[in-house]
Amino acid sequence: MGNIIKVGMADLNVCKAPDGLTTLGLGSCIGLTLYDPVTKIGGMVHYMLPDSTKVSNNSNKAKFADTGIEELLKKVIAAGASKTRLVAKIAGGAKMFEVSGLSDVGNIGARNAEAAKKILKEKGIRLVAEDTGLNYGRTVELHCDTGEFLIKSVGKPIKTI
Amino acid sequence: MTKYTLDEVNDMYVDVLKEIGNVGSGNAATAIANMVGTRIDMKVPNVKLMDVGKLGSAIGPEEETVIGIFLEVSHDIDGSMMFLLDLESGHYLADKLLMKENVVHEQMEVFDEMELSALKEVGNIITASYLSALASMTNLTILPSVPYICVDMAAAILSVPAIEFGLVGDRALLIETEICADVAIRGYFILMPEQESYYKILSALGLSL
Repeated sequence: MGNIIKVGMADLNVCKAPDGLTTLGLGSCIGLTLYDPVTKIGGMVHYMLPDSTKVSNNSNKAKFADTGIEELLKKVIAAGASKTRLVAKIAGGAKMFEVSGLSDVGNIGARNAEAAKKILKEKGIRLVAEDTGLNYGRTVELHCDTGEFLIKSVGKPIKTI
Repeated sequence: MTKYTLDEVNDMYVDVLKEIGNVGSGNAATAIANMVGTRIDMKVPNVKLMDVGKLGSAIGPEEETVIGIFLEVSHDIDGSMMFLLDLESGHYLADKLLMKENVVHEQMEVFDEMELSALKEVGNIITASYLSALASMTNLTILPSVPYICVDMAAAILSVPAIEFGLVGDRALLIETEICADVAIRGYFILMPEQESYYKILSALGLSL
């Protein structure tokens, strides 16, 4: 295992084995990774909202599922990954507060997770694993040497998907 | 002119928001003093206007466990509000409220049902006194919902206000306040009015946009 590169909120990055990528404390946001198992190139985006077209101030691509996944895809391909071999994994999309009703706060996590599935399908990328929803935060790590995606939460054992 | 967002905020507005923070957290401090029955001092709050993406690490390490209390507000102003508290302060306030004395807490000790409900009450009192300061300054009616509580990683809890701010712009406003009682209580307020409500708050304070 090489260096672990940190990806912030509304941020994305790409790296190659033996390095890895991490994002800390995902709540209702989604951490999505694209990984090519042959070249061992991986990328991660930590987006906050499902749809850039619904928001007027949308210049930060990594903030949204649609523009963020598009940008990440471009970057991993530019780094040498093959689009046909790419596999995706997602985590996050939690409902941190048990807010009643159908307010944005209540369902944004679920909408963020749905957006990933829809966009990956449109782009023909396989979603091979996910750990989304429920009511707790997650720290995630993508290890580019193995393609493993680790999920850490408060008071829970580490999960690998 | 209802397109106003934090992205275009100027120094004068920051000063106004600071003043709201000041009066609001002053009120909240008095409420805490009454609740715990000790004399307390409050420091001048620190108002931070920051990039939305940085909110997750704004109050400390992203993975540090903190307490978040969230509620929605309605009537003249629509939006939501959050109050964050570190674990030590949370245990102190919960013990005071439940009249437990000299309890020693382990570092990562979790809260039981009683303590969580006491903390909800703490959050209720603190946020209500903050909101009542805002309401009396602006002459607006602001009604809070019941409080919701979450004890988890700071960044995960802060993703909720970050998303709310993210819907309208790229900046978020955080009010840090420190209250000194037997222990220093460090808390953070985040007020998330909907876009229309920003305009209402600022024009109610006599600021033309």
